[in-house]
Amino acid sequence: MIDVRNLVVRLGSPPQAVVKRVSFSVETGGSYGLVGESGCGKSTVLRAISGLNPDYRGEIEIGGKVLSPVRPKEFYRSVQMVFQDPYGSLHPRKTIGAQLLEPLRNQRLPRSREAVFEALTSVGLNPELRYRFPHQLSGGQRQRVAIARALILEPQVLLLDEPTSALDVSVQAEILNLLNELREKRGLTYLLVSHDLAVIAHMCDRVGVMQAGQIVEEVEADRLRAGTLEHPYSRLLLEASQQYGGSTEEPLTMNGAA
Amino acid sequence: MTAPLIEAANLEVGFGGGKIKAVRSVSFTLGREKLGIVGESGSGKSTVGRAIMRLLPPTARVVADRLRFQEIDLLTASNRDMVHVRGRRIGLILQDPKYSLNPVMRVGEQIAETYLQHYPAAGGKAAARARVLEMLNAVKIRDPERVARLYPHEISGGMGQRVMIAMMLIAEPEVMIADEPTSALDVTVRLEVLSLLDELVTRRNLGLILISHDLNLVRRFCDRVIIMYAGRIVETLAASQLGEARHPYTRGLLASLPSIDHKVSRLPTLKRDPSWIDAVETNS
Repeated sequence: MIDVRNLVVRLGSPPQAVVKRVSFSVETGGSYGLVGESGCGKSTVLRAISGLNPDYRGEIEIGGKVLSPVRPKEFYRSVQMVFQDPYGSLHPRKTIGAQLLEPLRNQRLPRSREAVFEALTSVGLNPELRYRFPHQLSGGQRQRVAIARALILEPQVLLLDEPTSALDVSVQAEILNLLNELREKRGLTYLLVSHDLAVIAHMCDRVGVMQAGQIVEEVEADRLRAGTLEHPYSRLLLEASQQYGGSTEEPLTMNGAA
Repeated sequence: MTAPLIEAANLEVGFGGGKIKAVRSVSFTLGREKLGIVGESGSGKSTVGRAIMRLLPPTARVVADRLRFQEIDLLTASNRDMVHVRGRRIGLILQDPKYSLNPVMRVGEQIAETYLQHYPAAGGKAAARARVLEMLNAVKIRDPERVARLYPHEISGGMGQRVMIAMMLIAEPEVMIADEPTSALDVTVRLEVLSLLDELVTRRNLGLILISHDLNLVRRFCDRVIIMYAGRIVETLAASQLGEARHPYTRGLLASLPSIDHKVSRLPTLKRDPSWIDAVETNS
């Protein structure tokens, strides 16, 4: 579904490559995770795919078609993005209902009350909430609205940029469950970016570990769970997450459980 | 056990003329230990920290049977007294160094500012400068001379948080309140900042209150953990026994964490029981 080949993104002046020849592919209905520390370029990859940054080199192919750097409007019917911070990604002075209709308006599709109803119910929200403003919702509800807005055009691909980092763990669990259900029900393809290995391991089939603009290792999620990583950096990252995660009950030492 | 550093009994914080109770009958003591306060957004954990620092807005109504920091009664202390408590004797570290550092001032000057504020008679700028470099060294910044001359946007998040810690420690406080000190940092950097905090707390024999929504962090790092829900303490546990927590809220929180090692198809979500809030609307 998603095929990225030799993606290079240069930013800043003088331009520096922040994404260096990144290649990966995600099959239809699959879920691919990009993990790494701040500044490793994982979000930049996502922005290039989503069309937010048309200044890249390399090829991005979605659904069998190589995309032009500047995306036609129809592109957004098949690819949508959910951002980290629902505070920042919803318009503060428009009602939820109005915001959900915007993608339809942009695509010149018929706008109906039913579409809003359905979008809200599909993410487990009460349709009554369409009259509210973002500040009248909780963080979890806001992220559900952001997901509903991304899904209202019925895309095939969802790009998720740290979708739960701004949420409490209890709310994070709800959103992650919702995302998994939606993927199953609608056969969506996910590309998920996160710095949290536990979230990635839970959500994804395949994982690319990024460091300094490159994918240093690509593994099946099972291998991540088993702890059999090869690249020293991905091992370091896993070890830090396991230590930090403390998913085992024994006291944690610097040697880690792996 | 020696006398507690901070003692709170039946602390209540209300907003909106007391209609909204953000913190309800919270009692705890802090000795020379690492105490964690965990809970979700809105559970009142940060409000507790701010009540101790007396940093709540004037609209907040703070009532308690007792709220003391050593010999000082935090309920009745004048603002003039509080100036000597805030920063000087109780230090506060906030979540994101990006927002807590002054963007147009070199970090060295910012740290020195704290020192000059609290020790105006201690040798002036030259002494402050020497202390700044010493502190930057203590928080393991490799090239303190260079870093002291940088602006906040020129340093990384982890380094920014070290600068914050240095800025707080330079006044030699007895208690530190760290409000989500590592939430804005990467996992690998988090561990570094935490072990640094740990070392400093142990070496200087401080009391630490670590406010966080992150159970793993608190479990790993603290001696004791207070779990808050809807403004109330639901459970207090030794951090090592968090796994044996009894309250359904604590257990629900622990269960909702995704794990790297074993895959579950659905994460258990928290089922909130209205009785957890219990005995709220008695009057008001």
